[in-house]
Amino acid sequence: MSAVSASGLCVGYQGETVVADIGFTLEPGRVLALVGSNGSGKTTLLKTVAGLLPPVSGALEVLGARPLARPGKVAYMGQFHPSSFMLPLRARDVVRMARFAAHGLFGRLTAKDERAVREAMAVMGVLDLAEAPLNALSGGQRQRVFLAQAFAREAELILLDEPAANLDAGARDTYRRQLRQLTAAGRSVIVATHDIDEAAACDATMLLAHRVVAYGPSAEVLTQSALLSTFGMVGKYQEGGIVIVEREHGHDDCGGSH
Amino acid sequence: MIQDWLLTPFTANAFLLNALLAGVLVSIACGIIGTFVVLRGLAFIGDALAHGVLPGVAVAMLLGLPGMVGAAVGALAMIFGIGFITRRSNLSSDTAIGLLFVGMLALGVAIVSRSQAFSGDLVRILFGEILGIRASELAIQLAATLVIAILARICYRPFLLLCFSPEQAEVSGFPPRRYHAVMLGLIALTVVVSFRTVGTLLVFGMLLAPAASAALFSRKVTTMILSASGIGTFSVYAGLLASYHFNIAAGAAITLAASAIFFILLSARQLFPRDAARGAAR
Repeated sequence: MSAVSASGLCVGYQGETVVADIGFTLEPGRVLALVGSNGSGKTTLLKTVAGLLPPVSGALEVLGARPLARPGKVAYMGQFHPSSFMLPLRARDVVRMARFAAHGLFGRLTAKDERAVREAMAVMGVLDLAEAPLNALSGGQRQRVFLAQAFAREAELILLDEPAANLDAGARDTYRRQLRQLTAAGRSVIVATHDIDEAAACDATMLLAHRVVAYGPSAEVLTQSALLSTFGMVGKYQEGGIVIVEREHGHDDCGGSH
Repeated sequence: MIQDWLLTPFTANAFLLNALLAGVLVSIACGIIGTFVVLRGLAFIGDALAHGVLPGVAVAMLLGLPGMVGAAVGALAMIFGIGFITRRSNLSSDTAIGLLFVGMLALGVAIVSRSQAFSGDLVRILFGEILGIRASELAIQLAATLVIAILARICYRPFLLLCFSPEQAEVSGFPPRRYHAVMLGLIALTVVVSFRTVGTLLVFGMLLAPAASAALFSRKVTTMILSASGIGTFSVYAGLLASYHFNIAAGAAITLAASAIFFILLSARQLFPRDAARGAAR
């Protein structure tokens, strides 16, 4: 059974299509990167797979069922948590919430749950912050706590929106190592990112710019011409900074917002 | 001597003891529900619900029915009104809810003005009648407080997730709409059973002030609920005492005490920012 399979899928908000005709299959143990600029539709697609947005049309199966059918098996980390900053929660309480999905309203959290919480926090290097109030943490620490929350779910499918944003180089390495461990254990991951390096490390990449520009193995997809259609420009790192090496002519349709 | 001042009013006057008991029950209900109102930023909806109760109570009084029945109907109408507005209106929901609540307030006053003892009734509804609480009303309040506590306990996980992020609630298998509706229902129930004690105008203060005070120093949601209930209870005691000794309106004295505690704690936090950083909730 595929972790996710989509065909002829149109995603969008309130019936309005943002990206049409998406087709892909994600097998267990694989990582798919959704790459695009802001407003390109990657978050919309990720939310649709998570079950937060209904598909506009087309077919979508998540773990062999409709999205949201198995909440304990799917973890989702959104881009930001606007309301969470004033909450009286310790880092540990945030990560523990990941275990609610498996127990519903009444099931008691067991020693196994507490172990999953501790392990996820240890992996993301936030175990020593367990008792710290969420609002006393820096942006990067908070991001690591949110990642620990996603990992503590021990889900079969993990959906991450810009997970490496706010992370320093060390934490980014930790996060990538954890992804490799998870996929080695047969878990599947979809990552929305605009970091080409991150996408290059994934098994497959889908380039989005209000349409599917390209989809396939990362090495084949991340070509200069495909990146040009996705971002409207391609740069490379030279001594002293980023240099734009190519720019799409008269391009103006991939930076839109909704 | 000090004991005479602090305790005797309650031991010597049954009506004052009833008031204290009613106030404690209101404080517990408001501590639980107010915590979620504050954390989810539902203060304005809570206020609207509290005012929406007025026409219901007014109609019940004209018909000779118990005020609480009217209050319940008014609160339900308000929940549906708010739900309709949030879904349908292109206006900011603040504007629409604001209009709905002054509309309901005006309707309530208009209805009460048809009755004989206009001003007395209005004052009783708006500011409560904590010194006239009967034992039967205490029983109803106790039952309602138990219902609120039990439902909040059952829904604790979805409520917590809703505070954190409605998206996380959804992907965790707790539909946000359903639990938002439960939460509104519990706010309504709190308002309905509290209005006799502190009135429709002041119940909002009891819902908000103790929870906001607790938010200033709580590190955990459960601590916040317990602290809010405790602060509310203390406000009731202090307010009743002030009302007894200085002859001021009881409902107002209680709400004043609750608000004063909030501003004292807020100032303390400004004066001692280091302590605040360690235990801050905002």
